[in-house]
Parts: sequence; structure tokens; C-alpha cells
Amino acid sequence: MAAPLTILSLCCLLLSAAAADEAPASLRDTGLPAAGGRLIVVGFAPQYPLWSDGATKRRWLYLPPGTAIDASDPDAWVFPPGTKLWKEFAHGDPVETRLIERLADGSWRYVAYAWEDGEARLAPAAGLRGWPVAAAPGGRYDVPSQDDCRACHEGAAVPVLGLSALQLSPLRDSLAPHAELPGPGDLDLVGLVGRGLVVNLPTAALGARIDAASATSRAALGYLHANCGHCHNERSSVTDRPLVLAQGARTGAQRVLETLDGVPSEFRLPGAGLRLVPGNPDASVLIRRMRSRHPVAQMPPLGTRQADQAGLALLEAWVSLDPDYREVAHHD
Amino acid sequence: MTDSHPIGRCLVALALALMAAPAVADDEPGANELTVAMLKSVERGRYIVTTSGCNDCHTPFHDGPAGPEPDMSRMLSGHPESLSVSEAPTAPPAPWGMMATYTSTAWAGPWGVSFTANLTPDEDTGLGKWTFAEFRDTIRSGRHLGRGRLILPPMPIAMYKNFTDEDLEAIYRYLRTIPPVRNRVPDPLIPGEPLAD
Repeated sequence: MAAPLTILSLCCLLLSAAAADEAPASLRDTGLPAAGGRLIVVGFAPQYPLWSDGATKRRWLYLPPGTAIDASDPDAWVFPPGTKLWKEFAHGDPVETRLIERLADGSWRYVAYAWEDGEARLAPAAGLRGWPVAAAPGGRYDVPSQDDCRACHEGAAVPVLGLSALQLSPLRDSLAPHAELPGPGDLDLVGLVGRGLVVNLPTAALGARIDAASATSRAALGYLHANCGHCHNERSSVTDRPLVLAQGARTGAQRVLETLDGVPSEFRLPGAGLRLVPGNPDASVLIRRMRSRHPVAQMPPLGTRQADQAGLALLEAWVSLDPDYREVAHHD
Repeated sequence: MTDSHPIGRCLVALALALMAAPAVADDEPGANELTVAMLKSVERGRYIVTTSGCNDCHTPFHDGPAGPEPDMSRMLSGHPESLSVSEAPTAPPAPWGMMATYTSTAWAGPWGVSFTANLTPDEDTGLGKWTFAEFRDTIRSGRHLGRGRLILPPMPIAMYKNFTDEDLEAIYRYLRTIPPVRNRVPDPLIPGEPLAD
């Protein structure tokens, strides 16, 4: 009898291992309290949110007990295996909740849960394109595919984009479009460090903020950092010539501007051949592609069906600024 | 007899390079197996590329003795930069919906104008700096470098995304062995927006 039992046990072990590799079918089983789960999580609110066609968002972090985020490199935080981050998208009611999880082998898993009848169920790996959601713009909503998740999240040094020293700095930018105030109990950078959830953060990073010459420049560069910087950064090769829109401890406004101002664009549009023409938003490919929602021209290339009018107004005002207030970066 | 075909020459050169590579010592177990596996992969990639229609659009066509044929002196180098296209042609009457240049490298349709990419390993204008992950993600996602603009028709992404990782790696390896051609291919044009000179 010993042999059959051993084989049976092995089969169970293999089956449970296979099950552990798969994301739960219900959001509740991921542990998120907002979906009925029982994990202890903390909320957070990045100061420069990603434009998501007007959806309101809530975000939560879970770290396994006794672990912490290593922030030795302020631009590339190291998250322990078992880390989970959820982001809920709502148009009135919740529509979708995304989960990024660091697995035991160090890899990251990206899944989405679609809300229907008060419960969020695992969406197909291919996503749900044009899902009917009455309150969403145009009555349609796109749940991203797992490839879409990777496209945005794996272009940066770390796939966690909204939880960083810059995004959670206590020095919040009051001009940032669509910024949501932290909710009750949400933690900023000081709170995360104080709770021991972020360790080894260089002291200077506690006051991290976007490098800029003026308040308008700061908000505009912060917007570019959050909405474009995950693909357009120092490590990315998505354009032939460097295009750096992300800021960090080693990358300031000067680097951003030198890859933008007067630099020929690889993408050609009538009357616009340079990435950014100071004083002329209409001749700036950056602005023209932000305005567009043609699937080939639009920027960002995925994750949005509507141009961000508030973001555009800010960027157009910034491009039109007197050069002294755009180009001479200083710290204040 | 000497193989005078450029692909054959490349494979011979690759074989010699791999056999001479100091990274794996001759007496190390598996060195020869690794070389053989690599060569098989490159050969598999050559087979896929030459039977799956890649040259039909990525190698410019020219006039041959029996009509248009791929100009193999510019093998897989994409739309020639010397052939300037600044706007889409007037759409033909229905049911016609697509047009192409005689080179078979610029295609116009409802999506605008697409230009076939330079697949040679040229560092500045081809796939020379692309990693395998970027190549694989482009085919899988249908987006430039896996995260940028859409890859447009007539590239059969909907079918090619079904290639196995092993086949995509074989294609990528083979494309590293072909002669580099310096040729900068323009980005696509979107419909209804001709370029100002």
C-alpha cells in the first residue's frame, strides 16, 4: 500500500503546486479586504496618477509579515517575494481591480479582475476589450491583457510604478492633474518608513520631488514622469534616439529637456517634425500625439480611449512658458 | 565546391565563429552539443524565414527576368529610405482597399501607410540592438518593441503571435547572421494627414 499512497501524495503535491502557480479565480481569494479578503494591507495614493479615462482609483499594498521593501536604490526599490499590489478602477462603482504579485521565484504576475454583480472574477489573459460598462466613457471599458500589463510595467527598472519615493513624497504637488488625496489610513513615504515597510531609504530621498524650474514645470514634468516615464526612460530602447521622461535620483529636468527640446521626432506629422518646440505646442509631436487617439499615433499607446484634457492643458501651458521658467532647472 | 550564396556564407561563418569561440572550452562537456544546437536553431530560423513570407515584404522587389522578384542584395532590409513616401495615395474604389509600392515595402490602407522594417542586424537602423526579449514581445504583443505603437498590416501578427518561443528564438538567431544593411525605415503615416514638405 505504501507505493500507491506515495504516488497519490505526489499527485496531490503536484496538483497543489500547479494550483499555487495560478491566480485565484475570485478577487476575494487574493486577500484584498475591499473584496472580502483577510490580509492586512495599507493604502497609498501617488501624487502623479496615470490618466485612465477619468476612472477613480484606489490602491493597496501587502507585504508578507516580517518583510520590507529595500529602498537602497531610490530609483529601483526591491520588493520581497509575496508582495501584492492592487489597483481598483471605478466609474461610480468598481469596474476592475488589477493585481501585481511578486512570486516566490522573484518573477512578477499580472492579473485583472472584472467586477460584475458585486463580485470580481479573474479576467481572461487576453483581457476584455470593449467590455460594456454604462458609466465608462462611451459605455465601453478595456480590461488589459496580461501582455498589455507587461508592456507598461516592464519598461521601467521596477514593475511597481506608483509606489516610489517621488510618487509618495510628503512634498505633494498641488498642481498635479487628477491627483487624489490620500484616504484615511493611507501611508505616504514617511508613513511607510515609520512603519518599517520601507527600509534603507537614503535620507535625501525622504524629500524627493520632481526637479523643475517653476511650479508649472514641476507639474508638467511630474505628469510626463508618471504617464510616459515607464516606457521613456534611460534603460528603454523604444525610440532610436534617447527620450527620457522619467525622473529619479540620478535623472533631473535637464536630462528630460535635452531629449525633448528641438529633437527630431521619428514619428512624422504634418507641420510637426520635432518632439517639442518651445513656445509652439501645435508644432510639438509630443503634444500632437497626446491629443490623438488614432491607434497608431496616440500616446500613451494603450490603456486609454480618451485624451486627457486637463493633462493636455497643463502640458500646452508648459510648452508655451517663457524658456527661463522651463529650461533652467533649480531646486527650491 | 564553395557555397556562394550569402546565407550559406553566413552560416559557414557562424559555424566557424562558434567553434572558435573561447567562451566554452573544447574539453568542457556539452561544448560541441551547444554549438550543434545553436547551428540547428539558426538553420531552423532560416527555414522559417524563407518559407513564411518574410522576404515578400521585408526584401524590396525589383524587376527580374520573369517579372518582379525580391532583390536579395537588399535582403530583409525593409522599405528603402531612398523611396520617399510622404502621403497615402487616393483610396481605390470598393471593393479594392489596399495598395502597395512596386517594392512591396510600403502598404496603404485604412490604417494609413505602413513601411516594412529593416530586419538586418545593422546597429543603427536594423535589429542590431534588439534583444531577443524585445523581438519576442514585438511579435507576441503586436506592438513595436512590445510596448510601443501597433504593428500594422500587412504584417500577419495575428498568426505569427502563435509561433513558439523556440521558433521565435530560431528566427531571431538567424536574423543575427544575415548581412547588415544600413537603411532607415520611416515610421508609419496615419490616414488623412499628409506630411508637409
